[in-house]
Amino acid sequence: MMLTASAPPLGERRLLADHPSSPLPRVSTKELIDLLTHAGLTGRGGAGFPTARKLASLDGRRPVVVGNAMEGEPLSHKDAVLLQHSPDLVLDGLTILSDALRSSRTILALGARVPAPQPRRGIEVRRLEDSFVAGQETALVNQLNGHDPVPTDPSTPVFRRGVDGRPTLVLNAETLAQLALVVRHGSEWFRSQGHPDDPGTFLVSLTASTERLLPQAGVLEVRRGIPIRELLERGGTDLTCLEAVLVGGYHGAWVPASALDAPLSRGGLAPYGATPGAGIVHLLDVATCPLEAAARVTEYLAEQSARQCGPCLNGLPRMAETMRRLARPGADPRLVDELARLQTLVSGRGACKHPDGTVRFVASTLRVFDRHVDEHVRGYCDRDLPRRTVR
Amino acid sequence: MTTRLHIDWTRCDGHGSCAELLPELLAHDDWGYPVSRTGEPEPAVPRQLDGLARRAVSACPLQALSLRPAG
Amino acid sequence: MNAMLSTALWDLGRGTGVAALVAMTISLVLGILTRSGRDALGLGRFGLNEVHRTAALTGVGLIAVHLGSLLFDPYAQLRLVDLVLPFQGSYRPLWLGLGTLAVDLLGVVTVVSLLRHRVGPRVFKAVHWATYALWPIALLHALGTGTDAATLWLDSIAAACVTVVTGAVLWRLSPSFASRGWHRLPRQVAR
Repeated sequence: MMLTASAPPLGERRLLADHPSSPLPRVSTKELIDLLTHAGLTGRGGAGFPTARKLASLDGRRPVVVGNAMEGEPLSHKDAVLLQHSPDLVLDGLTILSDALRSSRTILALGARVPAPQPRRGIEVRRLEDSFVAGQETALVNQLNGHDPVPTDPSTPVFRRGVDGRPTLVLNAETLAQLALVVRHGSEWFRSQGHPDDPGTFLVSLTASTERLLPQAGVLEVRRGIPIRELLERGGTDLTCLEAVLVGGYHGAWVPASALDAPLSRGGLAPYGATPGAGIVHLLDVATCPLEAAARVTEYLAEQSARQCGPCLNGLPRMAETMRRLARPGADPRLVDELARLQTLVSGRGACKHPDGTVRFVASTLRVFDRHVDEHVRGYCDRDLPRRTVR
Repeated sequence: MTTRLHIDWTRCDGHGSCAELLPELLAHDDWGYPVSRTGEPEPAVPRQLDGLARRAVSACPLQALSLRPAG
Repeated sequence: MNAMLSTALWDLGRGTGVAALVAMTISLVLGILTRSGRDALGLGRFGLNEVHRTAALTGVGLIAVHLGSLLFDPYAQLRLVDLVLPFQGSYRPLWLGLGTLAVDLLGVVTVVSLLRHRVGPRVFKAVHWATYALWPIALLHALGTGTDAATLWLDSIAAACVTVVTGAVLWRLSPSFASRGWHRLPRQVAR
């Protein structure tokens, strides 16, 4: 089944290694599901869903396969780098699925910042309107169906009815590339890096709130479960200026600088309410007021609401306004209670997880920076306002 | 197998008939949208409220409600 | 048919016609109240919607009797085709034609409304807008076709109906109406 002319990449450099072209192995859907189950590949687009299960849940014949390279989150750069450096891997993943599933259509959806690959037969490349929520699974399918790039009611999952009304499989570009490597080199090889419960490698978009903290922002490929400290050191971080690490982007959670030994895996990050997500790691400088940074993020998230769902459309701006007031020294202590109330009010009330992700970020901010919140309430802030800011 | 009241948030405009018919399950939030009173975002519909829940689903002017069997 | 029966049918036709106009007026105003999302007239939101539907269906029933009695009354010279194709009638064809048009619209609105869960909220809403055309057409028909035009009683009823509908529609068009009485940002309904 796994006939490959090229040797499997050694070490952590897999997606970003050189890939001499070789004939693509053909696999059936069943073989593919078994392979992916043994490999333990999970989605690299944010939700981290087991890929084998997603494949198995496809309901019906002649499905549509969609590669998600929308990369609508401002802090994320990995899909752009992947499509720049190893576009064939992504296309291989699509081809493998297209052949196995006998898909009626195979589409690669690109956001504005992602370069288009060389054309390949059978794969439609669509440049789509991107925004923070446009990369969400149902929003992407909705846009491909000619409607607005906004989420649809989750009661009809896309694996039952999606593009053209057909069962649709949406996978992140990096997941597709990993899938292609698993098919070429096997599940054992895939598991040779990473953690038994969270195997393989992944791409991390590393950015920071100041230049002195991280002189060179970039995308690194590392094994799952890598301790945060090791990642930051490899990225060239000046740890002496580090206040905290935002893992998972704007819908993620903070890990304080005192906890850098935490591994970047589902298990390792769980105590902080975070997941590896789409591999976004953003660093906060000690000079940056965390509440100011968080207020700006919350304002951005509120602005990015699709505006379809009342609780999100109204609740997120209220949260942002409250965070903004908390970010000013001399803040009313009752603002924290108001934030708690708003969090319960918007959680789970919307067509997508945008409000929930915002709540996760705000809750984490108040938890990790509780001392700083106290200082603001008492009337002072010991940070300079940063010149280079979050986003 | 419980029945749950599902709100299609892309349709709901906070009209409010549902909260009137099912005050045990729904209240309204700061902006007039229905909010579950049971602690779960999709409230389970007890047997005795089943008839009223069906009326609420039928009466919603935006067809934003549905009943779905769920755990 | 003897003259007494013909007169009775004609009177029934006039009576149900005017009653239907009143029923439709009530339905339209209650429809606007329903859309307003407010609790009014002590009925609550659910109640307003229910009475709106009842008034509408009552109006449909009254129209059915209106059409039936006039079909059977030889004086009215109404043929079956006049129920569907407008402006073909022999008696006051323009004004009668408006009535036919109103019946056509009413038929579509009624069927779509009864089947609203099948056609979905978008189609239901689009068709329902036709009621704003239906009402004035029905009013003009009532004023132009009937032999009671320019009588005090019909003019008074018509004036009352026009007053309440105008008031309700002006309210409907006011900027604060859309948010259903809540202080909130307007949703963006997706295409």
